[in-house]
Amino acid sequence: MVSTTAEVVYQRPESFTDVHTHYCPGCTHGIAHRLIAEVIDEMGLREKTIGVAPVGCSVFAYKYFKMDFVEAPHGRAPAMATGIKRVLPENTVFTYQGDGDLASIGMAEIMHAAARGENITVIFINNAIYGMTGGQMAPTTLPGMKTTSSPFGRDVELTGHPIRMAEILAIMDGSGYIVRRSLHNAANIRKSKKAIRLAFEAQERGLGFSMVELLSSCPTNWKISVRDSMEFIADKMIPVFPLGDYKVSPSLEGLKV
Amino acid sequence: MPVSGWIVVDDFYCKGCELCIEACPEDVLELDMDRLTPKGYHPVKMIEETCTGCGICAIVCPDAAITVYREKPVKQARR
Repeated sequence: MVSTTAEVVYQRPESFTDVHTHYCPGCTHGIAHRLIAEVIDEMGLREKTIGVAPVGCSVFAYKYFKMDFVEAPHGRAPAMATGIKRVLPENTVFTYQGDGDLASIGMAEIMHAAARGENITVIFINNAIYGMTGGQMAPTTLPGMKTTSSPFGRDVELTGHPIRMAEILAIMDGSGYIVRRSLHNAANIRKSKKAIRLAFEAQERGLGFSMVELLSSCPTNWKISVRDSMEFIADKMIPVFPLGDYKVSPSLEGLKV
Repeated sequence: MPVSGWIVVDDFYCKGCELCIEACPEDVLELDMDRLTPKGYHPVKMIEETCTGCGICAIVCPDAAITVYREKPVKQARR
């Protein structure tokens, strides 16, 4: 008889507070939060990390992380993070923004933060819709996609085409690590975690602006089930927003995480 | 001996979104329709003993409600 002992394979990250999140069941915001908490725990950065929360569904992000957090005005998280990082360069500063916050009202702030090469990390949640306000069309809404403000599907003649942030920010000279990942299944969640780790590593090494774009779901406002929303990401979103590494600083190549 | 594991679901966090049920490669998870969490969701429970402790349910869980354990053999000291 072989005697055995219980080994913990996975447990709730230490950087999470003991509160119930306000996100809808199946929302991938929770997965993104968890990956950030895991990466910060692994790198031992909790005591010196300052997060910047956005406006949007993730407006209460500061309640869910056991670390310093500030709340930025709508879209201004990169500007706030710039100020914090310049005053406290030894601290790790990250922003957590949705597509309405980052790609719409905060477009100027994110572009200029990347152009200046601010040494901050941005976690960008792209779910192709405005979640908190009730499912209106976002700059990242797919062509033909029905939202409450485009009930017949997004008409690209009238309202334009989706904005691909990772591609735009990758051509900025100041950016050091720009990638797009997805959160629709376990394999892609693992890749997303690696990307978040590398983005924080880029900041620790002073390689400039780093951003991880995460394709996320919004089952409530897409008005489909959780299972279908994961298929929607794989079948509809990834063709419009291809996953990949858009810019990786040569200093990060070969880094094992 | 096959690797065996088990999970513990924290009812306080579980929202019954079923992502773990979809992801589980061994199909050992199901919603417990006889119980409600404090927030009014049906939590997930294990229905079979064939869990391998792979941790995929925890990787897809948006609420970090799952703790995964695995049985690990204790190495006997050589005499």
